[in-house]
Amino acid sequence: MATAARPEPADAGGIRERCVTGIEGLDNILGGGIPRGNLVLVAGSVGTGKTTLCLEFLVRGAEKGERTLFLSVTEASAKLIENLSTFEFFRQDLVSSGALVFVDVPQIYDRLGLNHEELTVEEIDLLLKSFLDLVKEVGAQRVIVDSLTSVCYRIRRDERIRDFMLKLSQGLAALGCTTLLVSEIGQSAGRYSLHGVEEAIVDGVILLGNARRQGDILRILQVVKMRGTSHSRAQYVMELTPIGLLMAPHLKGGRQET
Amino acid sequence: MAPDDEIGERLRQLAGGSAVAIRLNPREYADDYFAVLNATLRDVGSETNAHTIYVSVTNPASLVWSLAQALDVDPTRLSFVDAISHIMMNYRDPLPNATYVESPRMLEDIMLRIEYLLRKHPSPRQILVIDSVNSLAIHNPQDLLSEFFHILVNNLKSRQVLTVLLVVSEDTGSELNQMLGLVVDESIEVVRGRQ
Repeated sequence: MATAARPEPADAGGIRERCVTGIEGLDNILGGGIPRGNLVLVAGSVGTGKTTLCLEFLVRGAEKGERTLFLSVTEASAKLIENLSTFEFFRQDLVSSGALVFVDVPQIYDRLGLNHEELTVEEIDLLLKSFLDLVKEVGAQRVIVDSLTSVCYRIRRDERIRDFMLKLSQGLAALGCTTLLVSEIGQSAGRYSLHGVEEAIVDGVILLGNARRQGDILRILQVVKMRGTSHSRAQYVMELTPIGLLMAPHLKGGRQET
Repeated sequence: MAPDDEIGERLRQLAGGSAVAIRLNPREYADDYFAVLNATLRDVGSETNAHTIYVSVTNPASLVWSLAQALDVDPTRLSFVDAISHIMMNYRDPLPNATYVESPRMLEDIMLRIEYLLRKHPSPRQILVIDSVNSLAIHNPQDLLSEFFHILVNNLKSRQVLTVLLVVSEDTGSELNQMLGLVVDESIEVVRGRQ
C-alpha cells in the first residue's frame, strides 16, 4: 500500500495545528479541532454514539484527502460499513480508493498467534508494533481503535496497560496521527476507562453519556480534557442525524440526573 | 383587509432574521389559527425560494399538514418538527416531510431537528413557525423555556431565519410575556372586524 504524504505539524505562535474533525459542533467546542497528533479517549456507555462519532471523524478526514484507519476489535468491518451507508455523509468510494481503511483486529490476533486470554509482555509489544506498522503502511493521519477496552481487557495488568498506552501514544504522535480510542464504561463508572489508567496517559477525553429530564433521555457530549487547546467543558446535547452529528447546548433550567 | 392578508403583509415587510410573535385570540382561536396558517404557509411560505419549518407542539404534524393541503401548500416547501405525536400515542403513520421528537420536554432535540432541517433545506428565505409558545409552556418550566427561546431565536436571527412564534394571548402568563418581549422584534395581534 502506498504511503500518503504527511503534513508537518505546524506551530504558529504557540497554537498547535488542528485536525479539524469535520463535526461542526465538536470543532466549535475545541476551538477549531483536535490538536494534531493528540491521542483522545472517547468514553461512554452503550448507545451513546461513540462509534458513530469516530466514524464521522474518519469519513470527514477522508473526504478532505487524508488517509484514515479504523481498527475494529468488537465489530466486523463489513457490518460497520453497512451501518455507515445509512449516513448521507458516507461515500463508498472512500473505501474503494483506500482513503478509509477498515481492519478487523481479531484477524491480527490470529495472524500473530495471540491466542492467550492474557497477553504476555512480548505479545503486547508485538501487537503494538503491528498496529504502528499498519498505520505506517496506510499512511494514516486519523486512526480509530474501537475499542481500547477490548484490547486492554487482554492486557489486564495496570502497569502493562500504562506501558502499552505510553508506547502507543509516542508511536502515533511520531507518525503525526490524531487518534480516537473508544472506551466502554458503565453508566455510573466515575472514571473514563475500564482500568482508570488509560485516561491518565491520553491527551484528551471526550465523554458521551445520557442525561435524564423527567424520564426523557438526552444524549450528552462533554470534552473533559484536551491538551494543546483551550476548550469548552460544558455539556452539549448530541443528535445522530443522517447528515451527521449535530450539537446544541444542554439547557440548565430543568432538573437533570446524569 | 382580512386578518390573513394583514399578517402576510406584515411578515413580508420584516427583514430576514426577524422574530415575531403572532397573538391569537382564544375566543376566535379556530378562525385566527387558520388565518395564521394562510399567512405563514400559503402566502409568505410560497414566496420564491422560501422554505418553512413548522414546529408542531399543539397539534400533530399530520393535522397541520392536512390543513396545509387544503391551502394548496407545496409539500416540498414545508417540513415539520413534530414534538407532540409521540406523547399523544399518535405516531402510526409518520409524514415523509416530518421529523419526530419524543416529547416537547426535549427542547434541545427540537433545536437539533430544526438545525437538521435548516441544513437539509438550505434556501435564501427560511421561515420557522413554532406552534405554540403556550403548548411548550405546558410541558416545560419557565426558566428552561426562556433559555430555549433565548438560544434558539438569537441563533436563527444570526442566520437570517424569519421566526414566527404563535401565542394564545390570554393564556400567556406575565413571565412568558416578559420573555417574549426580550426575544421578539415585533408582535402582531390577529384582529377581526376591522375595515
